[in-house]
Amino acid sequence: MTLTHIAIFGALTFLAAFLSDRLRGFFLFTLSVLAVYALQPALPIRYLDFWLPTAALGLTFVFWISLTPRESRFTRGNLLSAAWMGLLILTLALTRFLPSAPSPLTPSVPPRLELVFAALLVVAALAALTGRVRFGWVHAVGLTALVVLLAVLKSPEASLWAAKTLRLANGQSVETASSFDIRWLGFSYIAFRIIHTLRERRMGTLPEVSLREYATYIFFYPALTAGPIDRLERFVKDLRAPFKPADEDWIVVVQRVGLGLFKKFVLADSLALMALSAQNAAQVRSAGWAWILLYAYAFQIFLDFSGYTDIAIGLARMVGIRLPENFNAPYLRANLTQFWNNWHITLTMWFRAYFFNPLTRFLRMRRFPVWLVIFVTQFSTMVLIGAWHGLTVNFLVWGLWQGLGLFVHNRWSDALRARFAEWASTPLRQNVLNVSGVFLTFHFVALGWVWFALPTPALAVQFFGRLLGI
Amino acid sequence: MNETFNLPRALLKGLFLYLVVVLLIAFPLPNLGKLSAYNSLFPGRPRLPFGENPSEAYNFSLFDLDAMFASHEISAGPKPADEFRVLVFGDSSVWGTLLRPEETLSAQLNASAPAYCGKSARFYNLGYPTIAAAKDLMLMDYAARYQPDQIIWLTSLEAFPLDKQLDTPLVANNASAVDALIEKCDLPLDPRDPALVRPDFWDRTLIGQRRNLADLVRLQLYGAQWAATGVDQVYPPYPAPQTDFADGDDKFHNLRPPLDPSALAYDVLAAGMNHAPAPILLVNEPIMISRGRNSDIRYNFFYPRWAYDSYRGQLKVRADAEGWNYLDAWNIVPSSEFTNSAIHLTPAGETVLAQAILAALQPSCP
Repeated sequence: MTLTHIAIFGALTFLAAFLSDRLRGFFLFTLSVLAVYALQPALPIRYLDFWLPTAALGLTFVFWISLTPRESRFTRGNLLSAAWMGLLILTLALTRFLPSAPSPLTPSVPPRLELVFAALLVVAALAALTGRVRFGWVHAVGLTALVVLLAVLKSPEASLWAAKTLRLANGQSVETASSFDIRWLGFSYIAFRIIHTLRERRMGTLPEVSLREYATYIFFYPALTAGPIDRLERFVKDLRAPFKPADEDWIVVVQRVGLGLFKKFVLADSLALMALSAQNAAQVRSAGWAWILLYAYAFQIFLDFSGYTDIAIGLARMVGIRLPENFNAPYLRANLTQFWNNWHITLTMWFRAYFFNPLTRFLRMRRFPVWLVIFVTQFSTMVLIGAWHGLTVNFLVWGLWQGLGLFVHNRWSDALRARFAEWASTPLRQNVLNVSGVFLTFHFVALGWVWFALPTPALAVQFFGRLLGI
Repeated sequence: MNETFNLPRALLKGLFLYLVVVLLIAFPLPNLGKLSAYNSLFPGRPRLPFGENPSEAYNFSLFDLDAMFASHEISAGPKPADEFRVLVFGDSSVWGTLLRPEETLSAQLNASAPAYCGKSARFYNLGYPTIAAAKDLMLMDYAARYQPDQIIWLTSLEAFPLDKQLDTPLVANNASAVDALIEKCDLPLDPRDPALVRPDFWDRTLIGQRRNLADLVRLQLYGAQWAATGVDQVYPPYPAPQTDFADGDDKFHNLRPPLDPSALAYDVLAAGMNHAPAPILLVNEPIMISRGRNSDIRYNFFYPRWAYDSYRGQLKVRADAEGWNYLDAWNIVPSSEFTNSAIHLTPAGETVLAQAILAALQPSCP
């Protein structure tokens, strides 16, 4: 999100705060649908920057059908929401006829109207089909499709292949195809929210929600680009509750949005000018400066990400949505487990709920040794989190790095907890222990960022050498 | 919670404070550019900030002379007692386009480690990559505060057409410095020239100055990358300078033979020579002499032969008449030692030039 986006969303959300409860829900739904298009970056493949948001909306509609009991699907409210969603998409398509096309609502000129209409018919047909099959099938096929789609988007090779295929289909040159041709804004978060609802429905714990509520949850514009990943039942509880902003809400809004803007656009963007990058990693001349670049990166990534979260939380609070916290002073944690309980909290919780805990239960039921269960679950969870950022060797190594750290910390703390507790008998010793823990944890995480920030293992190894003065 | 909180009142107060801050900045902020992280947190730059690709060069162009000089190594501290300070002015060939900091003319002069008047000579690169005599004069005037013992001013015919003196962005955006020069040196330049950027009231508010303020901050931030990497320029592949020329193309700006001296800013040159804070060695810098099609008409991309030959003759006559210390180095570098332009030299070309300058540099000691 740019400053302009934030200013526009801020102004519109401010207006929404003073609407009646019923109108506010409708307003947030409309704004969230439009935001999917407005935030999508322009892409070189013709019309793709219109089709990707449309596909996101279509998928959401199809999955909502499968998640909703048959008798609740065709209520007046849901029919109106579906019609309104379709109408919004067609209206956006109509902006191609504006003299100043593209309008600010779409990144480039939308495709022809009849194509958009045909796409809506396909979505409707798919929804009708989905509504007839058993949920178990939708669950299996939907999960597989979302994971495959994520894998294609996160893998440079697969993205390049997809870009070439789409270019060929469009009659465009494949010579200039790049893995960056397909950037689907917010899809990681959209997919994770949809998977969350599929899994909860499978477990029978998903509340029944209207199409308007479901789409607002999936595309809620403050959290579309950088999270947090809320839970549906919690989000909808806020959305449904009568709300009139109180003084304390405005204080939170001003504090969180102000803090977020400062963290992202002043501190993080400044640090970005001196942070570790693929370019300067090979250029840096001394170990001292290599450490400074690394520290700059560590703080830049934290301030950037947590700044966006602050802005999202502040904007949402204006309309009574209390988005969950995503960061809680992670660099001040005394061990790696605590770090991961306080860094990108909602993503970690998502993986814990839908991968780590089920896998742990599965392995324990088969009576594997505890250490092996911990080893397998920690490593596989962190590798998956690495893969979520990108299917490259370096992201996978970063996941392994974190998995190794968590495993070692787990075994080490189990073995030595009693001895350390005995040693740290005075407040001073306790403080020494804490400060040492924070120092070691921060540096373990910061060194892990080398894998995250640099594109190839060779460059990362070269930079580690530079950090050691080699 | 705070019971006195009132949203409309808070918004009004916020707006009022915002306007106060914005408008209070609407007066010049003297010395802001002199606040610099260079020469303290980061080493000073060996050449003035300039660059069109900041994210790769860790360097970029700005117009604040205070900030530019504060980031330069010449601002590292008081002049040492045993230093014979030589300032080198000129265009991109002096600044060192496509040359690493250790390959520039000034660096090569320093590498020779000459001594004058019992002191070690230290050469400072104050070249800047635009070609205009008024720009050199403005930088020279600013640099007087650094107590030079000697100045070397490299120039070329392209620096003298009158119509381009105030068009250079660095000059155009320093109108007050130009005004002062016009008054001090009685220059034949028009202070009402529309090229000169004169900020109005709103341009001086915080909003109007946001770009300049951001540039100041960015310059400091890029200091970290400069210090970490030693990179201050991108070195892309480049095309060789043009050696073939269209038939009959003998134009030089809007001038026709014979070359009219009044169409050239020789007065700006004379002002520099007469008002300089130290003795000057004036150098007519090397140019590439083409051997291609129609090279009997043009020396290179910049110069038709008639214009350049006339200029050299006029400059020699003037230098002799005024008693200037003058080195005409126009043809001392072979054409193979030019990079992407008819005035940009290779490191070997700079070595040839440095040797010629050292031979011609004979400072008079007090």
